Amino acid sequence: MSESTGQGAKRTYYDAADLGKFGEIAEGAPDLARKFFDWYGAVFAEGALTAREKSLIALAVSHAVQCPYCIDAYSTDALEKGSNVDQMTEAVHVAAAIRGGASLVHGVQMRNHVHALGM
Amino acid sequence: MGRILATLQKRGAELSGADAQRALLASVPLPRSFEAALGSSGLFPLRPTTLDILQVNVGRRCNQTCKHCHVDAGPDRSEVMPRDVMEAVLAFLTRHRVGRLDITGGAPELHPDFRELVVRGAAAGAHVMHRCNLTAILLPNYADIPALLAAHRVEVIASLPYFQARETDAQRGAGVFDESIEGLRRLNALGYGRGTGLELNLVANPVGTFLPGDQASLETMWKRELKQRFDLDFDHLFTITNMPISRFLEFIDERGRTVDYMTRLANAYNPVAAASVMCRNTLSVGYDGRLYDCDFNQMLEMPLADGAPRTIFDASLAALHEREIAVGPHCFGCTAGAGSSCGGAVA
Repeated sequence: MSESTGQGAKRTYYDAADLGKFGEIAEGAPDLARKFFDWYGAVFAEGALTAREKSLIALAVSHAVQCPYCIDAYSTDALEKGSNVDQMTEAVHVAAAIRGGASLVHGVQMRNHVHALGM
Repeated sequence: MGRILATLQKRGAELSGADAQRALLASVPLPRSFEAALGSSGLFPLRPTTLDILQVNVGRRCNQTCKHCHVDAGPDRSEVMPRDVMEAVLAFLTRHRVGRLDITGGAPELHPDFRELVVRGAAAGAHVMHRCNLTAILLPNYADIPALLAAHRVEVIASLPYFQARETDAQRGAGVFDESIEGLRRLNALGYGRGTGLELNLVANPVGTFLPGDQASLETMWKRELKQRFDLDFDHLFTITNMPISRFLEFIDERGRTVDYMTRLANAYNPVAAASVMCRNTLSVGYDGRLYDCDFNQMLEMPLADGAPRTIFDASLAALHEREIAVGPHCFGCTAGAGSSCGGAVA
C-alpha cells in the first residue's frame, strides 16, 4: 500500500508528491480554481517587482506560513531564477525576524497589562 | 573537493556505458513518451529543416571533470579525432557550404590539430564556434589559442554556471571559478565581448537538479554581477538544461532523483520549443567520424536512423535531409520550458 493512500505503515500528513496534484483541486470548484490559478500566475509575473524578487518573497512567506509544499516549490524556483543560497537564507531570516518580532512586540501588551494590574 | 574526479569510464561505473544509460532512461515511468509528446504537436516523426550547423566533437579529453558533463570528459580520456576524420569534416564543410562549424569536446583546444581546424574552417567560409571551458586556454601550451581565435573571428561560447566561486566550483571543480575569471579577462583584453564584433557568449547550466530560469533575466543578472565584481563583459548568456546523460545521470540517480527530474522535464514539454530543437538544423560528428542528430545522441550511441548515412565519409546532404531524427526520453531535456540547445533557450 503506498504512503500517499494514507493506509500504509508510514502514513504522513504531508506527501511531496501531493504538490503535483495541486491542479486536482479544480475538480471541486472549477470556476474558483480557474480564478485562483489565473490570479496566482498574474501575481508572479514580472511587474514593478522582478520575478526573482517575488520568488524570494514567496520563499520567505513559505517559511512564515510553514508550508512544506511551498518551501520545496520556491526553493527550486528561487534557484531557477538565479538566486543563491546566501540570498535565500537571508530571505528566510526576514521571515523568521518578522515572526519572532511579532511575538516579542506583543511583550509590550504584556507590559501594559502588568502595569495596569500592578501598583 | 578535489579539482579532478575520475570519469565514469575510469571508475568502471555502472552508467559508463551508453547501453546502461539508455536502459535506465527507458525504465523511468513518464506521463507519455517523447514520441507521443511530439505527436501531440504534429511533429512526429521529427525531421530536419536545413543543415546550418556542423557540430564536431573532436574528442573526450578535458582538463576538467564537471559533475554535469554529458560527455564524461576528463584528463583520463584519450579519444581524439584522427586526421582522416578531420579532413572529411573539412571536405564536407567546404563541399556543402555549411554556414557554421561548432567545435566541441572535451576541451577542443587539447586536440593537437585544433588550431588547424579553426584556420581551415574559417578559410572555408564557415562561422567557427569554439566551446571553451575558460581554463584550458590558461595552460602554457594553449595560451596562444585566444589570439588565434580572435584572428579568425571565432565565436567563443564559454561555460560559466554562476557569477560566484561556490556555485561554479561545485559544478566544475575547486578553483575553476577563479581561473575562469582570468580566462574571461584574457578574452576581454582581446576585444571579445566588448563590441568589437568578436563574440563572447556564456553558457549557464543549472548547478543542481533544477531547470534553467528565464534566459533574458539571467543574462541581465550575469552582466550586472560580472561587471560590478570583475569589470568583465560578454554578449549573450545561453541557458542550457542539464541533460540526463553520463555524469549528470549518475548524479541524479545516486540521489534517487531520476524519476523526479525526468518527470519535471516531461511535464514541462513545450511544443514551441520542440519545433525549434537544434537537431533539426544540426549534424553532429563524433571523434571517430560517426554521425548523430546531436551531441547527446552521440553520447548515448544513438546513430542516425536506418537508411541515413552513418559516417562523415559517406554523408550526402540529400540523404541526411530525408532522415527521421532519432529521439528518446532524454529529448525532453531540449523541450522543457523555454527549451534548450547549444545556443541556449529556443522558445
